[in-house]
Amino acid sequence: MAEKRKIYKKSIHSIKEIAQNVFVLSFARNFEFRAGQVVAVDVVTDGEPRLYSIASGELDEYIEILFDEKPDGKLTPKLSALLPGDTIYVSEPFGNFICNDESAWWIASGTGVAPFVSMVRSGQEIGKILIHGGRYDENFYFSDLLENKLSGNYIRCATQQADSAYYKGRLTGWLREQSFLPTELKYYLCGSPEMVVEVRDILISRHIPFGQIISETYF
Amino acid sequence: MDKQPLFGLSLQKIKYVVASLALPSFTATQITDWLYKKHVSSIDEMTNLSKKARELLNEKFIVGLTAPSNVQTSTDGTKKYLYPTATEKFVEAAYIPDEDRATLCVSSQIGCKMGCLFCMTGKQGFQGNLTAGEIVNQIQSLPEFENLTNIVYMGMGEPLDNLQPVLDSLEILTASWGYGWSPKRITVSTIGVIPAMQTFLKQSNAHLAVSMHTPFDDERKRIMPIQSVYGISEVVSELRKWDFSHQRRVSFEYIMFKGVNDTPRHAREIVRLLEGIRCRINLIRFHPIPDTALEGTPYNDMVEFQNMLKARGMTVTIRASRGEDIYAACGMLSTKELVKRQQEPDF
Repeated sequence: MAEKRKIYKKSIHSIKEIAQNVFVLSFARNFEFRAGQVVAVDVVTDGEPRLYSIASGELDEYIEILFDEKPDGKLTPKLSALLPGDTIYVSEPFGNFICNDESAWWIASGTGVAPFVSMVRSGQEIGKILIHGGRYDENFYFSDLLENKLSGNYIRCATQQADSAYYKGRLTGWLREQSFLPTELKYYLCGSPEMVVEVRDILISRHIPFGQIISETYF
Repeated sequence: MDKQPLFGLSLQKIKYVVASLALPSFTATQITDWLYKKHVSSIDEMTNLSKKARELLNEKFIVGLTAPSNVQTSTDGTKKYLYPTATEKFVEAAYIPDEDRATLCVSSQIGCKMGCLFCMTGKQGFQGNLTAGEIVNQIQSLPEFENLTNIVYMGMGEPLDNLQPVLDSLEILTASWGYGWSPKRITVSTIGVIPAMQTFLKQSNAHLAVSMHTPFDDERKRIMPIQSVYGISEVVSELRKWDFSHQRRVSFEYIMFKGVNDTPRHAREIVRLLEGIRCRINLIRFHPIPDTALEGTPYNDMVEFQNMLKARGMTVTIRASRGEDIYAACGMLSTKELVKRQQEPDF
C-alpha cells in the first residue's frame, strides 16, 4: 500500500452476500476507531487499496465493511471471491466524517449508509433522521437494525421497486416534497457524488447554510 | 471490432503492438515519432513504415485524434474548447494566451467525484475517466498547439483520481520519444488524494498544485468533501517529506470566498500551516456558478489578503481572472452541453 499508515494483516472472519452483488465482510477488531471513519483495504501489500467506511459499532468485536461488487472494479471482484480465513490488508482507521450526539439528518445512497450504521451501533441514533435511497427494498442494508433503533425516523426511498412498501422514488424527490427542512440542524451526506451534489443543492435552496452540510463521496 | 487508437500509447505499449503484428522492433520508435513529433493524423502518413506494416496497423488501429467540437472565445483571447470523448460525453480545455506564454488547462476526467461546493464540474457528477490519449489529445488537437508553453491539469476532474492515465500522459509529454517537454512546463493539480499524490511525486517531476481553499480542517470539510478522508493538515504533513527546493515546485491554490476564507485569521493559519515549505500561494477569484451559496471576495480585499501573507514572508500571486465572459471555469461549457443527465437510479 502506498499510504504510510499502519497496515494490519487480517484474516477474514466472515463474508456474506446480503443483496445481489452487495457484501458484508468482517474481521477481528484490534484497533480503536470513531464511527464514520474509513479503512483502506486491499488483498495485496503493494496494490491500490480502496477506502471503505466501517459499518461496525465502536466497541464491536469485529469490524464490518459493506461493499458493492463492481464487475469492472479492480478490487471488489477479488474481495467478493474471498473466503473466511483468507488474508486481506487493512489500514488503521482514519477520516473525520464524525457526527457525535448532536441532532442531525443523515442522508445516504446505496452502501453510503455504512457510516450511519456504525453511528447507530455506537449509540448515536438519538435525535437523528436517516433517509436512505436504494434501487430495491433489498438495498436497504441493515434495515432490521435501523428500523429498530430509528423507527419512524428511518425513511427508505426505493427508485426501482414498484411494489415497495416504502417511498417510491428518489430520495431527492422525498426531500423536495417536505414542506419543512430544519435550518438549524446539521446534514450528513454519504454516497455517490451525484447524490451528494444534488442533495446539497436542494438543501441550500431551502436556506440551509452550506456550513451545516457535511459530505463524504465515494471515489 | 472497433479499431484501437495508437495515440496515447507509450513507447512500451507500442512495442507490444509491434510485436503482436510481428513487425520489426524499430517500428515502435518510428510510430512514436510520427505520433508525437510529426503529429500525423492517419497511419497512411507514416511513410517510412513499410506498406505491409501500414496495412497491418490499419486493420486493427487508427491514430485516434479528435478535433474539438465547439469553441468559445473570450474578449481577452481565452478560448474554451469542447472535446467529445469516446463515450459520447464532453470535456473542456481552456487555452489561455498571455504576453510571453500560452497555457492550456486540460481535463483528466469526465465530471468529477469530489463534489466540491464551489465547482461546476462537480454538478455533473462523475461520468468516467479519460484515457491518456484523450488527455494528450486536448493538447495535440488544439488549433493553437504550436503556441503552447505550459500545461496545467486543472480542468474537469481530479487528476490524481485517474492516476495511471495521468502518469501515462505525463510520460508521453516529457519522454524523449514523446513530446520531449520539460516537466517544469507542466503542473498537476490535486485536492489532496494522499496515496496517489505520493505515487505522483515518486514517478513524475512535474509541478504540483494543491487545492487548499481554507487552512482550517473543520471549515474545509464544509466546502470540500475530500476533507472527511484526507485533511489539509495531513496533506501538508505529507508534502513536508518531499524536496521542493530544486526544480519541482509546489503551489497552493486558494479560491477566495467572501466572508468564508478571507480573514486575517485565515492568513495567519496559512502561514502557520505552510511554515518551512518552499511554496507559492495562488489566490484565485471565484467565478460564481449557478445557484451557488458562495460569493467571491472583492479584488481589493484579495490584495489586502495577499499583503498580509506577503508581510509574513509568503510568495503570493493573485491569478489574473481570464475568460469570465465565456465562463472559463471548468465544467461550465460541458455542463451546458449535457442535454439531460442520466437519472441515477441508486437514489
